[in-house]
Amino acid sequence: MGILEVSNLHLTINGTRILNDVTLDFWEGHVHAVVGPNGAGKSTLAAAIMGLEGYRDVEGDIRFEGQSITGLSVDQRAKKGITLAWQEPARYEGLSVAKFLGAAAADGGITAEEALEQVGLSPARYLHRAVDKSLSGGERKKLELASILVMEPRFVMLDEPDSGIDVASLHKIFEGIQSLRKQGATVVLITHSITVMKQAEHAFLFCGGRLIDKGRTPSILPYFEGECLPCDHQNVPTRGGDEHGHE
Amino acid sequence: MDMNNLLEMAGVNGALQDPDTAHLAIDVHRVMSKNLVPGLQVETEEAEGVIRVRIRVEEGAHIHRPVHLCFGITHQQAQQLIDMDVEVGRKARIEVLSHCIFPRATDVRHQMQARIHVGEDASYRYLEKHIHSDRGGLAVYPSAQVELERGARFSTDFELVRGRVGTLAIDYVLTGRYHSILEMVSRVNGRGDDDISIREVGYLVGEHARGALTSRVAVRDRAQAQVYNKLRATAPHARGHVDCKEIIQDDGKATAIPIVEVVHPLAHVTHEAAIGSVDTKQLETLMARGLDEDQATELIIEGLLS
Repeated sequence: MGILEVSNLHLTINGTRILNDVTLDFWEGHVHAVVGPNGAGKSTLAAAIMGLEGYRDVEGDIRFEGQSITGLSVDQRAKKGITLAWQEPARYEGLSVAKFLGAAAADGGITAEEALEQVGLSPARYLHRAVDKSLSGGERKKLELASILVMEPRFVMLDEPDSGIDVASLHKIFEGIQSLRKQGATVVLITHSITVMKQAEHAFLFCGGRLIDKGRTPSILPYFEGECLPCDHQNVPTRGGDEHGHE
Repeated sequence: MDMNNLLEMAGVNGALQDPDTAHLAIDVHRVMSKNLVPGLQVETEEAEGVIRVRIRVEEGAHIHRPVHLCFGITHQQAQQLIDMDVEVGRKARIEVLSHCIFPRATDVRHQMQARIHVGEDASYRYLEKHIHSDRGGLAVYPSAQVELERGARFSTDFELVRGRVGTLAIDYVLTGRYHSILEMVSRVNGRGDDDISIREVGYLVGEHARGALTSRVAVRDRAQAQVYNKLRATAPHARGHVDCKEIIQDDGKATAIPIVEVVHPLAHVTHEAAIGSVDTKQLETLMARGLDEDQATELIIEGLLS
């Protein structure tokens, strides 16, 4: 049994079905990747698990440690240890990095300084800066990861964790992911990147709001290696067949 | 409660003991203490119903440590009228921290009318911080006419985020000449039935004059705020920006009236105004870290007004 289970999940927004009968589970303490083309429903799945506004009205069930969480608010889910890092992190005029990280910090967890060091940001330079537009997208991305490290969550979803991150800094993000894992967290990486996907042990392939395939990461990798092109949401992992992987 | 309690509350007791730091402390219309440093002259005249303050910074003088002005009222009911003239001499520099402390007010009116002249290439920075009671029985009317000469700089930061606002009506008119810079920031946190009015008008009349008017206001309960920011540029290469952000909650009401007027083809003035509730993404990010909605909202507003 996984730590978080999604069962027959449907989500319709403005008359369009975004998630269609999704059933999967995430294994405790493991790193997972959720992959697929644009519009596949990857970020929507994360938003539905987090219970964000506009993504709460789901059919089906989401269970965390065996208990349904679909009726819980975002902060109630967070208090259970579930959290999300956005693809494009929020900006806060005037709010200092110290306060931003302090708000997330778990009792007895790692300090803001340690978290900043882990993501490659100097505490002396950043703690008193504001989390606003004076920071680059990459810096905010690292800060968001730092805020998750201090929170010490049990289940964390990172939406496009490499977005806006330069190649030299990417290893810091990966170290952060490993730190989360060492803390005992279950990690879900929502990604388009092979490099990021390779950080995961398991992968789920989405297309058109459906879960198309799942398995050990190497078995899903061919999608990123040009062996499967987008089609009308009927593509399956290539194991022979035509160029779309159809038998 | 005496003046020392007020100064302690403002956290400026230490500065006021320092002989190298200039200060002036006034309770209603009475001067309680004063210290001057070279290059700075302060004259006061206590009269019936008003205190007149004349501040002069000598030409070329650089006042290195911030000057503390403490305007307090230890009584629950009082009227304070401050009539102030400020003259910052050519190439002089001064920073003033003004503490307006009314922690017991139930029926207090604090009115400041100032005329400020900043000489050529001089700089005047004025930070005004209010500490009010939680009862809301205050009426605060700061007004000023500010004249900036060639190359002068004037920046002010008005902060009223502790205690209830009561009634606030800021009224500033500023004129900037050649290569001058004027910057105004106002931060106000309204609740209960607070009534906030901010009126700032800047005239950029000299070539390359620059101006920025920034307002950050939060209103909740039944509080209301009206922000009127106007920048008028009439000279070549004058540049300006008006920026107003207001967060409303509960039955709060907010109005923003940004006006930009440009009457020279080489001048450029921009504006942005946003009124609304707290941004959903900001809120949900903090909630996804375990804060409840109220805690997250408080933190966002605290940042905006910091």
